[in-house]
Amino acid sequence: MIDIIPSLPVAYEVLPDRLHERLTTAAEREGLLDVAYRTLDTPVGSLLLAATPQGLVKVAFDRQDHEAVLADLASAISPRILRAPARLDLVVRQLDEYFTGGRRAFDVPLDFRLARGFRLSVLEHLPEIAYGHTESYAQVATAAGSPKAVRAVGTACALNPLPVVVPCHRVVRSDGSYGQYAGGEEAKRTLLTMEAA
Amino acid sequence: MIVKPFEQVVAEHGPMVLRVCRAVLGPADAEDAWSETFLAALKAYPDLPAEANVQAWLVTIAHRKAIDVTRAQARHPLPVGEIPDRPGGTGVPDSDLWDALAKLPDKQRTAVAYHYLAGLPYREIAEITGGSTDAARRAAADGVKTLRATYPLEGAHS
Repeated sequence: MIDIIPSLPVAYEVLPDRLHERLTTAAEREGLLDVAYRTLDTPVGSLLLAATPQGLVKVAFDRQDHEAVLADLASAISPRILRAPARLDLVVRQLDEYFTGGRRAFDVPLDFRLARGFRLSVLEHLPEIAYGHTESYAQVATAAGSPKAVRAVGTACALNPLPVVVPCHRVVRSDGSYGQYAGGEEAKRTLLTMEAA
Repeated sequence: MIVKPFEQVVAEHGPMVLRVCRAVLGPADAEDAWSETFLAALKAYPDLPAEANVQAWLVTIAHRKAIDVTRAQARHPLPVGEIPDRPGGTGVPDSDLWDALAKLPDKQRTAVAYHYLAGLPYREIAEITGGSTDAARRAAADGVKTLRATYPLEGAHS
């Protein structure tokens, strides 16, 4: 019955890149691109970078499962999500500079909507910890206005939606050991070793 | 409820919708129709009910876009400098079959495309194109019959 049809689909088995690009360009122009994302290979593995029109909204390590992260962004922000690298050009350039040792602080628009309350005040303090330096969870708790909230600082760092760019890796245990990190202890060690060099 | 990022919809259904646009409109207008279909889909996507059939939804949008394109062409016929003896032959291996498909009457061509390329049941095709389920089934059957006659399988690439 349908013997003739299998010959037809051959022309388009995969979507041509130019069509995908055309869609993302039009979506951006029409204000329909709520979340743009891309991945970037770095010394701490493949990073997923996602940005709203307001700024960088999510950085995720490979071990956090990029598919799952995108699904979370779809429900937390908007399902209008496309792989659209252009919006991330600036942060990619700065990350490249950072990982090659040429940059010590990031200057990109950030969208903190995935963090609230005390967690947000912790994140706002983190960029004040200078490149190559560390603070203890207790020090950060004091700086964020709640000296007793040491555990909450740990949670805020663990759930930091913008690791690397917002340097939660510079927060370590008071005994000097690394402590937990969304990217894994190895990634934290890599970043701190790189910054100490 | 799991909300699927639109990128995943593009990856899963993009090639199918492109084949449908190609079958219904021909190569020249297929990419325009595809782009407009997915832009319109992106716009409406957050309101799509979780239980919706995404495939049928996309074909419905593509169908409307194809009608828009066809109407626009009827209003503004483009002058053609030189009419080729036979169309196609642009390196697409199955261009003869695409040509045969292009020569089908509208109803047959859309029924064949939506059923065989998009995989939609006749009931849903009838909802998209109007008319009855039986009419959609007949149109697809007639279309395939004509395709067989105009495109003998002996010469087909398998």
